[in-house]
Amino acid sequence: MDETKRQAIRDLLIEYGLLLDDDKLEAWVELFTADCDYRIVTRENVEQNLPNVLIWCKGKNMLADRITSYRHVNEYNLHWDCHTISPPRIAAEADGSWRVAASYSLFQTTLEGQSRLFSVGRYRARVVFNDNAPRIREMVVVADTGSILTLLATPI
Amino acid sequence: MTTPLNVNWPRDDYSRVPFWLYHDDDVYALEMERIFRGPVWNYLALDAELPNAGDFRTTWIGETSVVVSRGQDGIVHAFVNRCAHRGAQVVRKTHGNAIEHVCIYHRWCYSNEGDLIGVPFRRGLKGQGGMPADFDPKQHGLRRLRVESFHGVLFGSFATDESSGAARLESLHDYLGEFGRTMIARFFTRPICIMGYHRQLVHGNWKLYAENLRDTYHASLLHEFFVRYGLDRATQKGGVKMDERHRHNMNHAYAGTDSQDEARAAYADQKGVEVDRLQLRDTGFLKFVPEFTDGMNLAAPTIFPNFLLIQISNSLATRQIRPKGKDAFEIFQTMFAYADDTPEMIEHRMLQTNLVGPAGYVSMEDGEAIEIAHRMSATTLNDHTVIEMGGRGAITDTVHRLTEGPIRGFWSYWAELMDVEATGGVR
Ligand code: FES
Ligand SMILES: [Fe+2]
Repeated sequence: MDETKRQAIRDLLIEYGLLLDDDKLEAWVELFTADCDYRIVTRENVEQNLPNVLIWCKGKNMLADRITSYRHVNEYNLHWDCHTISPPRIAAEADGSWRVAASYSLFQTTLEGQSRLFSVGRYRARVVFNDNAPRIREMVVVADTGSILTLLATPI
Repeated sequence: MTTPLNVNWPRDDYSRVPFWLYHDDDVYALEMERIFRGPVWNYLALDAELPNAGDFRTTWIGETSVVVSRGQDGIVHAFVNRCAHRGAQVVRKTHGNAIEHVCIYHRWCYSNEGDLIGVPFRRGLKGQGGMPADFDPKQHGLRRLRVESFHGVLFGSFATDESSGAARLESLHDYLGEFGRTMIARFFTRPICIMGYHRQLVHGNWKLYAENLRDTYHASLLHEFFVRYGLDRATQKGGVKMDERHRHNMNHAYAGTDSQDEARAAYADQKGVEVDRLQLRDTGFLKFVPEFTDGMNLAAPTIFPNFLLIQISNSLATRQIRPKGKDAFEIFQTMFAYADDTPEMIEHRMLQTNLVGPAGYVSMEDGEAIEIAHRMSATTLNDHTVIEMGGRGAITDTVHRLTEGPIRGFWSYWAELMDVEATGGVR
């Protein structure tokens, strides 16, 4: 039972990265619960106990709005994303949720095929199971790369 | 060290800026000397970041690393972060609290005020070695800047009594002028607290950002998010204000002074931007809680050369331009709130942080606009920009947004400091 859930969480994380990399951002939003909390913060702020965010979506609607705005309105550097995510550390919590931590590297590639390392950092997530399907209730992306190259338009 | 600069301005009102000025090594080196180390006041940090004696933060003026430090006397000092011995970086952390600063190389030790207070083996050992007897530590402190605070905003200048620019340096009071003083004071009527920092590394010349901050024309075209939600659009009341010398500037807007229908009509013929395209599911975070008596929902006073103070609705920040070579600069943004804010207000401000910074619905777009301008202008160095929106000739305040006048104001003061003013150039 426990191992099945752990495997489901590992698969969830793989899906998370691949959906972003394949530009299936609307499907990526579906990995979250309706009351989710998604933040991107930087390590520089975290280490000073400063609450500042780069992105804060309080609830799945705000998360979906980020994608809508990206798709239809915002101007940004045209690029493809490529995530590499480490095997996660998974720990069961008393309330039945799961604490998940992993490291990521995110490369960006221009439409002419030039790649650069865009961001590295950590995922700190809380995952819950709805009808046996794992969903992200909380995701804090802690970016070591606090000096954002150019701009940050697509989720990490 | 640098050859005299010679600029052939196509026009004396700075409505044409040669592209090579954004891409030239000599121009850049001269800017570091004549602008950032010249007779100007640079933004350093906020007083609220250094509450206690011994607190320090590293900051940048041009490409010079500077330590801002609250001395044991309670006064804020600023000094160049370069060891007086052999030039090593003394402070390597971004911030902290220390009773002294020790250079790791040979352990020369400096006080919170930047004075040299310790040189290991200065007197030698067993009568051997050591510094010459007449070595005077007082002559070898870290290079000090002049520091002044205005409403808790710390400014520094390299134009100290020993330097050539000193004679030309105005008091901070005069430098900011009536305009700058009024606008800065507006933001600091209550004690603030620091929410945190943003850094964005943009691959473009720093002057492209100085222009961007003086460019109210782009705001309601590039930033469709502004237009959609009436945060800043051409149909609203607002405009630009400048100091008398036209070096500082403020773009501003008043929310709710136009209607969605008015905006629709005005934007109907503008390609690429649509008033109603974006339909957000959750617009709660966009609500504007009025908190300034002047009613502005957008106020962005920009102080030459490196400082911006910006309110977009209820998000509050300072931004510092940190040049990183001629082809890049960092935007260092400090988000703040008021110390007496309710927890709800703090949360509201944090949610509005979604508008600003490197990932801001609005602000992110400037990063791309600047990079594409930098990239392509580099390929046609002898060509130039065309800056005529709002008219040619004299540079004036406007009560509308369709102007690029403040950009010409920037160049006119840039040219004055660089000693390359156009013959009969406007000021
Ligand atoms: S370089 Fe700093 S002590 Fe020698
Ligand atoms: Fe902008």
